[in-house]
Amino acid sequence: MATLNKPSRRDFLKIAGTTAGGLFIGFNWTSCDSPKVEVLSTEAILAQAQRFNGYLSIAPTGDIVIFSPNPELGQNIKTSFPMVVAEELDADWTKVRVVQANLDTEVYDRQLTGGSGAMPHSWERLRKAGATAKFVLVASAAKLWNVPVEEITVENGIITHQASKKSGHFGEFVAEAATMTAPEEVQLKEPKDFKIIGTAVKNVDNDAIFTGKPLFGLDFYREGMLQAMVQRPPFGMKIKSVDDSAARAIAGVKDVLVFENSVAIVGSSTWPLMKAKKVLNVSYEPDGSVESTEDHNRIFQDMIANQKGEVRREDGNVNSAFKNAAKVVVAEYQCPFLSHSPMEPMNFFAHVKGDKAELIGPTQTPDRARQTAAGILGIPPENITVEITRLGGGFGRRLAADYVAEAVQISKLTNAPVKVTWDRQDDLSGGLYRPAVRYRFEAALDGDGNMIGYKLKGAGINSGNSTRQDNFPSGAVPNLKIESVEYTSPITTNAWRAPITNFLAYAEQSFLDEVALEAGKDPVQFRLELLDQAKNSPTGEIKYDVDRMIGVIKTVAEKSNWGKNPSTKQGFSVYFSHRTYVAQVADIVQEGGTPVLKKITAATDCGIVVNPTGANHQVRGGIVDGMGHAMYGNLTFKDGLPTQKNFDTYKLIRMKEVPEVDVHYVDSGFDPTGLGEPALPPTGGAIANAIFAATGRRLRSQPFIEQEEFSDLNLVIRRA
Amino acid sequence: MAKFNLKINGQKREVDVEEDTPLLWVLRDQLGLVGTKYSCGIAQCGACTVHKNGEAIFSCITPASSLTEDDITTIEGLSEEGDHPVQKAWQEVDVAQCGYCQAGQIMNAAALLNKNSAPSMDEIDDAMNRNICRCGTYHKIREAVAMAAKLK
Repeated sequence: MATLNKPSRRDFLKIAGTTAGGLFIGFNWTSCDSPKVEVLSTEAILAQAQRFNGYLSIAPTGDIVIFSPNPELGQNIKTSFPMVVAEELDADWTKVRVVQANLDTEVYDRQLTGGSGAMPHSWERLRKAGATAKFVLVASAAKLWNVPVEEITVENGIITHQASKKSGHFGEFVAEAATMTAPEEVQLKEPKDFKIIGTAVKNVDNDAIFTGKPLFGLDFYREGMLQAMVQRPPFGMKIKSVDDSAARAIAGVKDVLVFENSVAIVGSSTWPLMKAKKVLNVSYEPDGSVESTEDHNRIFQDMIANQKGEVRREDGNVNSAFKNAAKVVVAEYQCPFLSHSPMEPMNFFAHVKGDKAELIGPTQTPDRARQTAAGILGIPPENITVEITRLGGGFGRRLAADYVAEAVQISKLTNAPVKVTWDRQDDLSGGLYRPAVRYRFEAALDGDGNMIGYKLKGAGINSGNSTRQDNFPSGAVPNLKIESVEYTSPITTNAWRAPITNFLAYAEQSFLDEVALEAGKDPVQFRLELLDQAKNSPTGEIKYDVDRMIGVIKTVAEKSNWGKNPSTKQGFSVYFSHRTYVAQVADIVQEGGTPVLKKITAATDCGIVVNPTGANHQVRGGIVDGMGHAMYGNLTFKDGLPTQKNFDTYKLIRMKEVPEVDVHYVDSGFDPTGLGEPALPPTGGAIANAIFAATGRRLRSQPFIEQEEFSDLNLVIRRA
Repeated sequence: MAKFNLKINGQKREVDVEEDTPLLWVLRDQLGLVGTKYSCGIAQCGACTVHKNGEAIFSCITPASSLTEDDITTIEGLSEEGDHPVQKAWQEVDVAQCGYCQAGQIMNAAALLNKNSAPSMDEIDDAMNRNICRCGTYHKIREAVAMAAKLK
């Protein structure tokens, strides 16, 4: 049986963590100058390495291991975090191995993947981790060579004293460095001196990914472990009775267990469980509101028309602005639920052993996994270890620990190591969706086409606050009111890549396009005028950087040849989310009466670009994701269950539907911000606005293609 | 249960499973070849793509017992050193985000190049359309397939 071939945290501690403070002294048994016959395994490097801090260990051989604490789900953090450490260390990148750290709340904080927050949170920590290690290595060299520290230079992992012609690699100084205490504050590099940051360092897991090595949670097997699949109830229902006779009759099924409101089928391999789940007969009865999409449409109408919202922001006097308006523009926008549908379905391994437990699998929030298990088992969190595998996508779904809880429950019930696997239907029907939301926008224009009033009411199903009250255009309009109202449904929801803004941005940017055209203004110019207002006579608090937003708008207008080619119909959109600014222009060309989306141009300001390949992946990937879901994403409900049960009916974007995506960055020089989410929100709006420019049709609900209402448009997306 | 032999990556492997067991689960659960991925189970996403006599098949819907006469190649057996032209191109272009679908993408691309050593961009799009990448690495996949054709 295959197992994940990497050192566990416990093994590592056994080897290297023998002294408090991590000052394990390695012994110098090889020199980098002598020709190396064999490439050392990461385990062998760690066996002799000195740990400088939570991120960094260096062996006497000069080999470096950098621990990357945050879960890797495709955002490239496992490559870009170590790049930052290696940069300040002035390391030779070819000597660096990267190891996914297990959960360790004593060493790391914010060990999670969400909110595009890892890089802004850790930027300085990572730099200091590299710089403080370099400091003590240089001090060690100065001491051993008896030369002044100031005369020492470091480049590419080699420490040099020019005057005495002395030089050596990092490994030669780790023993001495272990006797020193690193300072709290160190001098960090000027960005102009970066040698690794800003370069296209390749994904550190490429070899393993491209040769099929076990990396993901679903790839984890252990001798003797049980496998389990779970039948969950429709939303708003509870188990009435279970007839498991047919399921138990399937060869390979060991047991059928009822726990909480679910039924687990247990065996030693996957296929018999899949067969058994098909013949498992569970009947359900209502345990609350059993809902269908028609119910939600009715609920939305009621919330928008009749229910008083919670006021999130109020500036000036909207009532008088609308009373005095020369023109009022009103529109409503609505989106469906969406599934996250990462390619790797939910799964987790748990082994409960008395008052201890071992958890292994794909999670965006390893500490939540641990706390959840501790709650179920009634044991201290310290008794639980969490090993983080690579995640086959997350998109917010793996922020939750519901599937971890199942593994823990079933391990406890069977008193055995268990891996729980969801099939694709489970993944689509098992809940925690992007909430369905409806928005009502109202704008008041004066006689000169200036927006003097703006109202937004968000109505969401399990959405929390469905607005982002401080985002643009707040601050740019003198009279403004933003409110939200929520309906509580048994259908569970969760953060979905760029929570709320993944749809709010489309609705808002499409509505602002409507307002600009009603005001007789170019949509780009209209935004710039509003930003000019925000800058020169702001209303209330402004929580975005006006100049950075202007920067991406001007860049995208230039790069997309905005308005310069009459045969190309363009749509513009700009959005600030997760600390990053992104503006986009969509190009649609009419081909034989069919509007064809051929290109998206994007301008992004995420500050310093740590890894251009990774950044392009996130920006392009976010745009493809935003495009795909705007075109196709539609999860509808019938009696508490999604109608779409697999990728034959729940359509995801494919190769042939992907147009050119042209990516640009604004070099603002700010510290880097995250990119996992911010490129997605503007995409739907840019496309909807281009469709309007090309066809005169305003698409106020998603999805654009996979919805009967817009089928006469014959909208197509494809490569230019 | 049925005992039968399969030829996987040039090696004879004896398995003992129910006859309807898809090749995917024989590879993953019985043989420890976990590079071939499960995602949809109904031949919609291509994550489970392997080669049957050099051609791409969906291992999630193909009973292993129907393949006793065939040469099966999985991602683990595509090359000895991970240096098949498609794998090299995938490295060079740095294709992966989460990476979960990429073994299937690589196997599909390699099967395309077995049949058509110099595909046009349209032919690449047509062939690769059967594999879903939820992260949206399609631009990179397209670029890497074109590069692999040149490396061959």
